[in-house]
Amino acid sequence: MSLSFLLLAVAALCVLSFYFGRQRAIALSGGRYSNLHSLPTHYGMYVALWCGLPALLLLVVWYMFQGSIIEAMIIADLPAEITGDPGKLSLALNSISLIAEGGGQHLTVSPEVVDAGRRLARLHTIANAALIVVMLASASVGIMLSYRKIDPEMRARNNVERISRWIMIACSAIAILSTVGIVFSLLFEALHFFSKISPLEFLFGLEWSPQTAIRADQVASDGAFGAIPLFVGTLLITLIAMAVAVPVGLFSAIYMGEYASSKFRSVAKPALEILAGVPTVVYGFFAALTVAPFLRDNGAIIGLDVSSESALAAGLVMGVMIIPFVSSLSDDVMSQVPQSLRDGSYGLGATKSETIRHVIFPAALPGIVGAVLLAVSRAIGETMIVVMAAGLAANLTVNPLQAVTTVTVQIVTLLVGDQEFNSAKTLSAFALGLVLFLVTLGLNVFALKVVQKYREKYD
Amino acid sequence: MTDMASLMEDRAAAKVISDNLHKPVDWDSPKIARNIKKRYAAERRFKFYGLAAIGVALLALFVLAGSIGSKGYTAFFQTYVQLEITFDQDAIDPDRTGDPAVIGKANFDGLIKQALRERFPQVTGRQEKRDLYSIVSGGASYDLRERVMENPGLIGQTRKVWLISGDDFDMLNKGYISADVEEGNRRLNDEEIAWYDALKSDGAVEKQFHTRFFTNGDSREPELAGIWGAAVGSLYTLMVTLALSFPIGVLAAVYLEEFAPKNRFTQIVEVNINNLAAVPSIVFGLLGLEVYLNVMHLPRSAPVVGGLTLALMTLPTIIIASRAAIKAVPPSIRQAALGLGASPVQTVTHHVLPLAMPGILTGTIIGMAQALGETAPLLMIGMVAFIVDIPGGALDPATVLPVQIYLWADSPERAFVEKTSAAIMVLLAFLVLMNGLAVYLRKKFERKW
Repeated sequence: MSLSFLLLAVAALCVLSFYFGRQRAIALSGGRYSNLHSLPTHYGMYVALWCGLPALLLLVVWYMFQGSIIEAMIIADLPAEITGDPGKLSLALNSISLIAEGGGQHLTVSPEVVDAGRRLARLHTIANAALIVVMLASASVGIMLSYRKIDPEMRARNNVERISRWIMIACSAIAILSTVGIVFSLLFEALHFFSKISPLEFLFGLEWSPQTAIRADQVASDGAFGAIPLFVGTLLITLIAMAVAVPVGLFSAIYMGEYASSKFRSVAKPALEILAGVPTVVYGFFAALTVAPFLRDNGAIIGLDVSSESALAAGLVMGVMIIPFVSSLSDDVMSQVPQSLRDGSYGLGATKSETIRHVIFPAALPGIVGAVLLAVSRAIGETMIVVMAAGLAANLTVNPLQAVTTVTVQIVTLLVGDQEFNSAKTLSAFALGLVLFLVTLGLNVFALKVVQKYREKYD
Repeated sequence: MTDMASLMEDRAAAKVISDNLHKPVDWDSPKIARNIKKRYAAERRFKFYGLAAIGVALLALFVLAGSIGSKGYTAFFQTYVQLEITFDQDAIDPDRTGDPAVIGKANFDGLIKQALRERFPQVTGRQEKRDLYSIVSGGASYDLRERVMENPGLIGQTRKVWLISGDDFDMLNKGYISADVEEGNRRLNDEEIAWYDALKSDGAVEKQFHTRFFTNGDSREPELAGIWGAAVGSLYTLMVTLALSFPIGVLAAVYLEEFAPKNRFTQIVEVNINNLAAVPSIVFGLLGLEVYLNVMHLPRSAPVVGGLTLALMTLPTIIIASRAAIKAVPPSIRQAALGLGASPVQTVTHHVLPLAMPGILTGTIIGMAQALGETAPLLMIGMVAFIVDIPGGALDPATVLPVQIYLWADSPERAFVEKTSAAIMVLLAFLVLMNGLAVYLRKKFERKW
């Protein structure tokens, strides 16, 4: 029985219990609703909530722990020679789960592992059956208990409203929970990483080559984890992107807001917004297959050696992506400059452009700075364009014609494909993620503060 | 300029100003006229910059759309080759059993190869023969088998059959491989191009609408690869995302807008929502990898995990949009409901939410469109695997449309370039549809209070 079926069953139970709860309340009222404390639907809802809510909570808790408990049970039964070595253990666990899913016939593994695989499959079946039983049982118990409580005197509406209030609070708390989840999961793995590599070396080292040897006999470099080349690469591409996005975005915002006729605006504004809606993977494809070859070939004509993964291509395309972001934010900001300032300027005989340059722009400057900072944070965190169009090798250079790599590119390359947990190589991705999160968070908080302060000034 | 010189100049300027202060300005003087002319020129220039900026942005959009459209439209058609296939009784069903199981196991690939050898009897060498066989796709034998299974009467006959061609042959027919390039620099040698010309002059090469592109899963062979698997994966992922983020987002928005007291908790929630909206998407991928895969041990590459990750990502969008929609409902509605004796919860569920629903739905659709185009977090949780089968549920390994685009863009075969562009067109079509729906909803239900 699949999960969706189980959920449907619980939902059906909820509907049924709502109906019966309501019927019972009507029956108890003796035909006069005014005999009841609340409306009959409230009694129905009361029963339905007691049916569905505990069952759903159980499901969530169950899935949070099922995997780790089953894994612990499997590991406990494996011989010490496998569990002693983390590399062997992760390999064995992989084969076990493969065997449990019915595959792995081609694997040459010890009989213990095959047994464990069969056991895992059995445990999964048992766990699924147990989940079904537990959920249906909790739903039925909930129905029974709450159904018996139905009474004309019961304050069903107040109960239901109290429960729904708590549900709403829990939903709002998810925003906090996910921030906490991000911080803890990044911090946990990053601390793990910093116990192997010193934070100073990570933050200030000049060499990045995370390819460490997985097996002892493998030829690989020792692994250097100096992230400066990544930071420089990220900043270089961000700078190029800003060099495109800020002037173009700002001037389009000015034209849209101050010059354009409403007819022009109604066409051009949605067209600009399309640029924001295009998925980043599309920009990445465009950068890698159209812009980069174009730059390389034209560079060759004028005698420049442009790498086919140049920072310029990725940066230019990223800039195009950010144009609508800058333009809509600065449009917002500039339209909030009070009309009186404009009127004063026109009254003194200034032209439109003089008003914009000497009055509106300085007045809106804090807001525009905030907008640009938000755009910078976006560019730093952007992933797909650079994964597809920027390089992989960590060159410490500020030449936009060469290939550089970025923080996000490295996170992706370190975590996609085969990975061995607990190796410094994999963990370094989390350390990079932590840096990325902190930097973007800092930029955002600062930018939002600036924008907020600016808003208050003219409100 | 030395200090002395600049001081002298300042003095001179000051004198001009003080002289002028006593005189009325002569608005018709050539100096003023020159000045005004200059200012108007600056005005025109400034206006032109603005127009140019919009032009640059629109040009970029145009080039983007043009380059993808021109690269991709050919992928909707596929080259087919007509061959005379002898459905040899001895090769397909030697014992004349007529049993579908026997027919199904027959070597249809051999029949195609034989037909190719008969068409070009001059080909003898081993390598040459291999080149010859690559004219027809490896998938053609399945088509042939299906055809015979459906109509066993074909056995023993000779028929002209259209077979799907291999990717290089397809590229040649679509003009992506030019015969003018030096032989060493192209995927096909002179002999293969001669075969193509021979078949073409027979009228045995044709482009047909490529339905497989819409119905197949992924494949290593570009001519057999399709987007259906990824589309279904996207659907499951979005369903999970919607099922989680819509109720949670709306309830959170209702609480924050209607019920929350102004206290520390509410403040923290609001700050968190604003910040989450700006966290890079890849960080959500790291969260998903750590929490869902490493701690909770949910299955890798499954749409459930993708949906859970994307739900956290779209939650801020939905909350912010829903709050704006709820805020736009005028207080008089609430006061009227409360005055008639409705409880605060009844006021919200019976009056405020239904009135805010169009706005909430618009925000939700926009959030879903974002989730549909998102790639980076899904790479982190292993939705990049090469998956041929169409996923049957939210727990099966799957990939999604944008990740499929990323995977194809990385493939070395020339034919995958057009597949990638075509997949992008399909993805963009979905996004246009969703955003169009959002705009329609907004237009249709927009209310001025």
